[in-house]
Amino acid sequence: MSDVIVVGAGVVGAACAYYAARAGLDVTVVDRGPVAGGTTGSGEGNILVSDKEPGPELELAVLSNGLWRTLAEHGGFEFEAKGGLVVAETDEIQRQLTDLAAEQGVEHVTVGGAELRDYEPHLAGDLAGGVLYPQDAQVQPMLAAAALLRHGAESFGHGTLRLRLGVTVTGFVRSGDRVTGVRTSQGEILGDAVVNAAGTWGGEIAALAGVELPVLPRRGFILVTEPLREPLIRHKVYTAAYVTNVASDSAGLETSAVIEGTPAGTVLIGASRERVGFDRTTSVPVLSRLAAQAVALFPALREVRAIRSYCGFRPYCPDHLPVIGADPRVPGLYHACGHEGAGIGLAPATGHLLAQLLTGERPDVDLRPFRPERFSEEAA
Amino acid sequence: MTFHITVDGREIPVVPGQTVGAALHAAGVRSWRTTRFGGRPRGLFCGIGVCFDCLISVNGRPPERACLLEAEPGDEVTTA
Amino acid sequence: MTQDLTYDLVVVGGGPAGVAGALTAALAGLRVTLLDSGARLGGQYFRHAAVPRREPGLDRFLRQVRELGARADVLTRHQVWNVSREPDGDVTVHAHTRDASGERPVTLRARRLLIATGAHDRPLPFPGWDLPGVLTAGGAQALLKGGNVLAGRRVVVSGTGPFLLPVATGLAGAGARVLGVYEAGGGLGLARHPLLALGKAAETAGYAAALVRHRVPYRPRHAVVAAHGEREVEAVTVARLDADWNVLTTSIVACDTVAVGYGFVPQIELGTQLGCDTRAEPDGSVVLAVDAAQRTSVPGVWAAGEPTGVAGWAQAEVEGRIAGRAVVADARPQAVRGSDGVLLRRRSRGRAFGAALHEAYPVRPGWQGWLRDDTLVCRCEEVPLARVREAQELGATDARSVKLLARPGMGWCQGRICGYAVSCLAGEPPAPPRRPIAQPVTLGALSEAAPPDAGSQDDPAH
Repeated sequence: MSDVIVVGAGVVGAACAYYAARAGLDVTVVDRGPVAGGTTGSGEGNILVSDKEPGPELELAVLSNGLWRTLAEHGGFEFEAKGGLVVAETDEIQRQLTDLAAEQGVEHVTVGGAELRDYEPHLAGDLAGGVLYPQDAQVQPMLAAAALLRHGAESFGHGTLRLRLGVTVTGFVRSGDRVTGVRTSQGEILGDAVVNAAGTWGGEIAALAGVELPVLPRRGFILVTEPLREPLIRHKVYTAAYVTNVASDSAGLETSAVIEGTPAGTVLIGASRERVGFDRTTSVPVLSRLAAQAVALFPALREVRAIRSYCGFRPYCPDHLPVIGADPRVPGLYHACGHEGAGIGLAPATGHLLAQLLTGERPDVDLRPFRPERFSEEAA
Repeated sequence: MTFHITVDGREIPVVPGQTVGAALHAAGVRSWRTTRFGGRPRGLFCGIGVCFDCLISVNGRPPERACLLEAEPGDEVTTA
Repeated sequence: MTQDLTYDLVVVGGGPAGVAGALTAALAGLRVTLLDSGARLGGQYFRHAAVPRREPGLDRFLRQVRELGARADVLTRHQVWNVSREPDGDVTVHAHTRDASGERPVTLRARRLLIATGAHDRPLPFPGWDLPGVLTAGGAQALLKGGNVLAGRRVVVSGTGPFLLPVATGLAGAGARVLGVYEAGGGLGLARHPLLALGKAAETAGYAAALVRHRVPYRPRHAVVAAHGEREVEAVTVARLDADWNVLTTSIVACDTVAVGYGFVPQIELGTQLGCDTRAEPDGSVVLAVDAAQRTSVPGVWAAGEPTGVAGWAQAEVEGRIAGRAVVADARPQAVRGSDGVLLRRRSRGRAFGAALHEAYPVRPGWQGWLRDDTLVCRCEEVPLARVREAQELGATDARSVKLLARPGMGWCQGRICGYAVSCLAGEPPAPPRRPIAQPVTLGALSEAAPPDAGSQDDPAH
């Protein structure tokens, strides 16, 4: 019998488990696959404040940014404080970027067109300017998730953190209305609370409990280059279009170059967004467009080779906000999913706030914008 | 019948049709790059374009697979 | 550039299977193009120098190549990095080639595709296997056949499978001192070699005679389990093995070159890009599933040769011809003459031979005990065994998550070299490869690869 069962061993589930264990709770994490085998394993490891519109998600992002820095001190993964540089193609876009940065109220530096190459020497010469966000960072997401679980399991004397991998949740155990555990491919696991941290598959877990949670996949491809001997790109660099694409409601293909170097020497090139269900078929036109946008930003990449690509499925909700909190429709069930492309960045704040809920503390951040029942309210 | 290419300025003979990798190996040059983490020497391994161990820069171009690349007269090869 | 015509058939791979398939279709009047990454056609078996040496079957193959050249577009030095199926059923083949101005994309469209991409050696890691002078058996063979270059002066051959024999006798015949053939499997010796039971007595006797003539010892139940040296291999540890390949006793053999191979990995990523069904061979390799006409599960896509099961060059040619005839029947039913009867019988004999080889030369798990904590499993990303084990302790329960956590298979070769070993270490059979980009392609060429009309429905803000 655990105090808390966390469904999903991705980065959000790992953070929930970590903070719950730290708060003294017994935690069991179940996942049908390995650690970080879903969307966490298909991402770039972004920890961004720069791409958030002012509002509740930005508040989460700022809280999370600080928490990641603390977590990284325990070791097991590296927190790369590389900074994000958003670039503008025209003076008009540069003005919009500058205005946005002022509204966000996070640490930033406005960079004029002439100074861009002081920050990124290989950037194309025809850009109007940009905004640098020093807090933007990156982690290796699988290592970070695994390290959180490991650290959580080893560090806390009162709570215990158990990991059950290769175990598929098939239903819920109930006592009256209340959820008191999960049924799995390997028998029942009992607990006082169940946290749905199943990411893109969070809607399916919710459905097992008889509630609707509109989490859907939004496919993204990432191109990976050959490892470079000398780092070509210092920051995470992206164009202003990325921010509008994230918030877009289009089902069609959208691409906006997000380019960065990694410690392994490779350059990662994202980001595409399409709503095509769970279709993994590679789209050469998408890869081609990502390559074209990358070369336009960094002409030196023209002769650099792409050696592989992969795709993942971001869990998105209609309002592009995650679902965090207790589900009033099913006592005992909590949700922590639907973080779209920001799950790595928002994971610690999500875990921290959920642990506060689980232990009856008042959450540091107002969780109302993230409440699970908000979609059915709108429908009603 | 044979021609020459240079490896770090040194001339080595090539039989027409030989790859850069075969010519180097035949001349006793069995490694021409080092790995990026451990600095370990690398030359031919699979010999058929699969393993990418034999990457080499010819005439200043980005690295290519020496085992696939036919040598041409006057090629200048630099090892790392 | 996108070419303004649709081929009846595009063949990828210019070995015996691809050439036979392409020629069969071209002879029936189909518009055919064949692409190959090499400078000359031939694949691994018929790989030949600009001035070829004598080789069984080579004259016949070169005749086929000449005939094909007169009837089809043959594109050498072309690397195919992706194939995808269009909504109308056509296949788009994305390749690139390099000329004086750099790498440029070549995009072809075809009604049908024949995958004849061959196989490569399957190495197993051991301490020191990344020292220069350690080559795959196929690599040593390629040097000899393709460049008339001896891999070394004092050579040790090790691994498992009948391919070690031609490699050893080839090297010895060309003047190398072959210090031993160490066959990890088969406790019976050459006199009881499994090839004998497979109706290959003459071939086996030929190899045996050559080994004797060159005084090359053949040692079953032995293998090279470590290579030693500073900048190059200088010596190896040879071990006597038990039936599971655990080390019993060891000795040191001084040498300058090692040729190793533990079977082959069929190259099937173009098929898996298209979603073709796969099946597992008894030796653990994953191959494309085909029907009696070499048709894959995806309409319009055929496969022949090693990608459908490793069975040697003669079998590859037969499969290529069968696939070619099936392609013709699909395109021009009236052009098909006669039946496949003889070919089909030859193919079933060849298949039986291939299957028997897989049964006779299994890889046994004891090799994992040859590794030390610091032995590189992945050469590209320099991942030692210890990091693989750490990843497993962190919750990586399958090969894919080991790769995500510890990076084996993330590098240049995309796991072609270490994939089998990593699967074994993860305790699962190898999964079908997922390589959407089958060959490295410059971002410049990639950015120009898509046809101008393809891609976006709605353009982003900029």
